[in-house]
Amino acid sequence: MALELKMPALSPTMEEGTLAKWLVKEGDSVSAGDILAEIETDKATMEFGAVDEGTIGKIVVPEGTENVKVGEVIATMAGEGGDEAPADAGSTQAVKDVPGEGKDVGRDEPGEPPLAKEPKAEPARDPEVPEGTAMTTVTVREALRDAMAEEMRSDDRVFVMGEEVAQYQGAYKVTQGLLDEFGPKRVIDTPITEYGFAGIGTGAAMGGLRPIVEFMTFNFAMQAIDHIINSAAKTNYMSGGQMRCPVVFRGPNGAASRVGAQHSQNYGPWYASVPGLIVIAPYDAADAKGLLKAAIRSEDPVVFLENELVYGRSFEVPDLEDWVLPIGKARIVREGSDVTIVSYSIGVGLALEAAETLAGEGIDAEVIDLRTLRPLDKEAILASLAKTNRLIIAEEGWPTCSIASEVVTICMEEGFDHLDAPVLRVCDEDVPLPYAANLEKLALIDAPRIVAAARKVCYRD
Amino acid sequence: MAKPASKSTARKSAPAKKAAAPKSPAEDLDFVLHSLQEEHAKSPRYKAKDEELLKLYEQMLLIRRFEERAGQLYGLGLIGGFCHLYIGQEAVAVGLQSALTEGLDSVITGYRDHGHMLAYGIDPKVIMAELTGREAGISKGKGGSMHMFSTEHRFYGGHGIVGAQVSLGGGLALGHQYRGDGGLCLAYFGDGAANQGQVYETMNMASLWKLPIVFAIENNQYAMGTSTARSSAETEFYRRGTAFRIPGMDVNGMDVLEVRQAAEVAFRHVREGNGPVLMELNTYRYRGHSMSDPAKYRTREEVQDQREHNDPIERAKKELLERGKSEDDLKDIDKRIRAQVSESADFAENSPEPEPAELYTDVLVESY
Ligand SMILES: Cc1ncc(C[n+]2csc(CCOP(=O)(O)OP(=O)(O)O)c2C)c(N)n1
Ligand SMILES: [Mg+2]
Repeated sequence: MALELKMPALSPTMEEGTLAKWLVKEGDSVSAGDILAEIETDKATMEFGAVDEGTIGKIVVPEGTENVKVGEVIATMAGEGGDEAPADAGSTQAVKDVPGEGKDVGRDEPGEPPLAKEPKAEPARDPEVPEGTAMTTVTVREALRDAMAEEMRSDDRVFVMGEEVAQYQGAYKVTQGLLDEFGPKRVIDTPITEYGFAGIGTGAAMGGLRPIVEFMTFNFAMQAIDHIINSAAKTNYMSGGQMRCPVVFRGPNGAASRVGAQHSQNYGPWYASVPGLIVIAPYDAADAKGLLKAAIRSEDPVVFLENELVYGRSFEVPDLEDWVLPIGKARIVREGSDVTIVSYSIGVGLALEAAETLAGEGIDAEVIDLRTLRPLDKEAILASLAKTNRLIIAEEGWPTCSIASEVVTICMEEGFDHLDAPVLRVCDEDVPLPYAANLEKLALIDAPRIVAAARKVCYRD
Repeated sequence: MAKPASKSTARKSAPAKKAAAPKSPAEDLDFVLHSLQEEHAKSPRYKAKDEELLKLYEQMLLIRRFEERAGQLYGLGLIGGFCHLYIGQEAVAVGLQSALTEGLDSVITGYRDHGHMLAYGIDPKVIMAELTGREAGISKGKGGSMHMFSTEHRFYGGHGIVGAQVSLGGGLALGHQYRGDGGLCLAYFGDGAANQGQVYETMNMASLWKLPIVFAIENNQYAMGTSTARSSAETEFYRRGTAFRIPGMDVNGMDVLEVRQAAEVAFRHVREGNGPVLMELNTYRYRGHSMSDPAKYRTREEVQDQREHNDPIERAKKELLERGKSEDDLKDIDKRIRAQVSESADFAENSPEPEPAELYTDVLVESY
């Protein structure tokens, strides 16, 4: 029975690609799993493998052909697989190289995943940037890498350690290129032993080095949380200020895309509840860079929470030789007068999107990016509240004992007189994150929910 | 020659050398540490009846075809997030599982769990429907590929945190001992997971308390992009229990009959109340770690070499043919399995997504 081999889709959104290379010729017999061809798109090279055994009949599309449509017949195969063989007898093999996406997950989700959509609304320019500074557009991923590289160049006590950070170039490619530049002494691949290497990093900091400990994701830092809290956070205090612990724990935090309950959690509130820690959770690339540099230079232990879905987003970063931001300062990313939306990390993008919608309805929202979760910039929150008299918090995380709860408390304790409406929290649903696409979408915050809360505090719903 | 087989062949000569100056078990304080390995070496392959071999072959083939189809559904966007395929490692789960006592023994593993569930006889339809995140999935679509469970089959997951299943397995074993039900727990984990601290905490307690647990390290030579040589000071994982006086076995995980025979030896030792056994099953994963994997850490030739010289399904097929099965018989089996897998894929594609109200169920058992 002749089978048709069709141009495979590398991702559900792929429409066409280049048939880069045939690895078989007409008349070759192949067995299931053999690599037949290499397919290229602008993003990646993919191997195309046989699912059935059989003999390659005719090669219909020669190698080097560009713009081959997905589903187009590229070759025929005389199969032995019987009539149950699927019509497309090939399967996509391992994706070979998606720049910056050599991660565990694989690829962007079809359609519109709940949080992955890049919002159109950009944060306003940071007043910290001097007038007239040239800006360069970079991804958050690159900004983080640049921050580490710059600090490693200027301070030889700084080194990076973690799972897959060196040879693999980072599970999420954040440490890309660091091994090449700094070598294996300063870019260290660890085994999968979070508790152990977090302890080693903490101890190295106590002994005078400046470790950056990468967790593949913060979900795995739960294996290591004892060292972050008991060893790193409390040492300075317990030693009466004698023994410092200038370590940075960094990695992606919060929900990613369809990876289920054990891999999707926001630890911001956990770490932010611990005295002795600095907790930073930036949104855009300029903050990621300026704050990571500040974190590395800090004498205190820092938990630096990134977000996988934001790594690939591009923002402007000032072209300055040494762009370092102050820790503990929030930033107004959109000025407004009717209602304040406080947020951090990925929530900022959603808050900005919500603000755009609200503007269309005549509600002028101010958006505040907390940037640092501990110490929290109370003054910025209260000043904005004094201006708008209404406040909501948008947080990609559970509502109970959250950063949102903390902000509500601050408003009650110190901003009560300025309130014209109750402060509202817009958080994820209070459940472990489900895998099913529809349920995941329901569980996570989105711009419409922020819009609804803003309308409510403006009594416009 | 490809690695897993050569590794165990090379090693088999080592105990033999020691045997040159034989000591009685009473003199040899470490007798227990190598005795199981030696017992296995005497008769490494299970003497399967024709029907038994055929059944093992069918189970491995079902896993292979199921995983290939899962890979396709992933490519079509029907499966999201992570999807860790078991292709290449089939002989491990099938060989070990076949020696368990159904309805009594418990099993636990990590996120590379589809194969284990199929080997356990769990319906491919509900597994595939979980991968597509549908209501009919074994976790109602709420778990996903890494988080699947069947207490009915005493399959306790499906865990996404590397190493966690090992101590949980210790707890399952404690349950067997506590109840005195004669069962054991089979706890699978990877070569990468074998470096987690909790693994050794568990080994110590398991040995100290003589828990009925089999630690089964699936050494597929890589943890994501890290080879065992780059992550492990001791890459002979079967020796990792020595400090806790746990006997080790070094097994060719690419031969289902060797795996099965090793399981017979190990399980007997555990069931007799002697405490844990550590099995290292040398195997190989053909596909990327999850679906996307730059795969720069190994060569295409290395993968091809394993497929050509070491494939567990091809090995069993060859043996079946030598025993007189016809090519046609085997084709019919393949056809039947393909039909079963297609049916599960159709089922998974066509069953509805969970009801929105499911979002809030199962968080707690009771109402307060
Ligand atoms: C505690 C923890 N750290 C890191 C990860 C990310 N991770 C998932 S699988 C994996 C590799 C595990 O390799 P191995 O144990 O050899 O199993 P294999 O994938 O080869 O079956 C890593 C690092 C995780 N899930 N949990
Ligand atoms: Mg492995």
